[in-house]
Amino acid sequence: MSKEQIRQVLKEHGKFSADIDSLADNADLYEAGMTSHASVNVMLALEDAFDLEFPDRMLKRSVFESINAIDAAIQELTA
Amino acid sequence: MDNPATPMILAARLVAKEFAAPHAKAVDQDARFPIEAVTALKREKLLSAYVPAEFGGAGVGLTELVQIVEILARECASTAMIYAMHQIQVISIVRHAMDNPWYQNYLRELVQHQYLIASVTSEVGVGGEMRRSHCAVEVDGQRFKLVKDATTISYGAQADDLLVTARRNPDAAHSDQSLILVRKADYTLEQKGGWDTMGMRGTCSPPFLMSSVGDVAQIIDVPFGDMSAQTVVPVSHLLWGGCWMGCAAAAVNKARAFVRGQARANPGTVPPTALRLAELVSMMQSLRTSVQACLTEYETLSVADDAAVGTLTSMGYSLKMNNLKIDATQALPNIVTKALSICGILGYKNDSKFSMSRHLRDAHSAAIMVGNDRILATNANLLLVLKDD
Repeated sequence: MSKEQIRQVLKEHGKFSADIDSLADNADLYEAGMTSHASVNVMLALEDAFDLEFPDRMLKRSVFESINAIDAAIQELTA
Repeated sequence: MDNPATPMILAARLVAKEFAAPHAKAVDQDARFPIEAVTALKREKLLSAYVPAEFGGAGVGLTELVQIVEILARECASTAMIYAMHQIQVISIVRHAMDNPWYQNYLRELVQHQYLIASVTSEVGVGGEMRRSHCAVEVDGQRFKLVKDATTISYGAQADDLLVTARRNPDAAHSDQSLILVRKADYTLEQKGGWDTMGMRGTCSPPFLMSSVGDVAQIIDVPFGDMSAQTVVPVSHLLWGGCWMGCAAAAVNKARAFVRGQARANPGTVPPTALRLAELVSMMQSLRTSVQACLTEYETLSVADDAAVGTLTSMGYSLKMNNLKIDATQALPNIVTKALSICGILGYKNDSKFSMSRHLRDAHSAAIMVGNDRILATNANLLLVLKDD
């Protein structure tokens, strides 16, 4: 469920050239073309969609590198 | 600064005094490559200073490299900048390509032949963004082909080898980049313009069209994005910091000498310029303190076990390093301008030993050549999610 929401956010804010639906949950989003600039918009949209705030310790490349990684971060924050 | 006199520091002082200083004026005036200084850097094996001892280098750390850059910059900022840019390339290889036998072999050769490596990150159409490439590596079996239309390659014509960013393959996204070393025998450069700038004239950084081939082993496995965050960006700002400190120190030292001369001419009184000098020295101290603080932090973080995924790759850290670049490069022209006002007409004259012309023009490159506005725009974006908690 939440992975679908993450996918939706990525679709709207990630500025990917590739089709998000064809990306695996563990695919590297940076390799798929997510820039640092786009990743900020993704983070903002995720905070909005899931009604949470990423603490600064989570604002690093590895936390946003795949749908699985984002999902794990969200699970941790909403647990 | 009291540098511990290690062999590399002593060698740097020798190069600075004997080979950079005497030609600095001509290098600046003619916008020519500081060939005497760079030849001396090679002779003293300073180009391989960072290469680990097991590969034959001196194995010095980043802190010592920053000191070397400062020592050179006091005499010739162009020489120092060339040295700094070369070291960024060496450090990237040592930190990210050492498990690749081709690169192990290359480093041994670099120690022996003291190759000068230039960086090719700029490209027509990407607007100065290091993390975007249009050009792509085209692999055919064991060989690759790469063509890049670079808006600037510092000392491109004088370099031995080039370290180039490109998209990983022709289907890759613009931000999905690799870093590839191409050898002198395997590339051609077609110069597409000149290099007639206000300052840093000796870096000789015109636009070039680069065409190259090579073995696929020359494509570094680690994605350039990771190398950029962990190494290239912080190390660049710290080594450039050494250059800015040296440039500022040169101006401050001239002002100091000027004030001392005034004091001697009128014994028993403190000349009015001494007050300005006191302010100037405090500005210099702030610059030094901020570079030093970031250097100490980076040295700790970069050897930590979690360097690849930890603080170095966090937004908070990139904000901090960006702020160092902005603050230091804004401070530098202010320091030189103040030194100029202390020396007055003798600082303004080009044929005086207190001349500030070259320092002032070099100083302005710091905020312009890697544009502060672009860095501020990045910070503005980061601050949309950073909470400073």
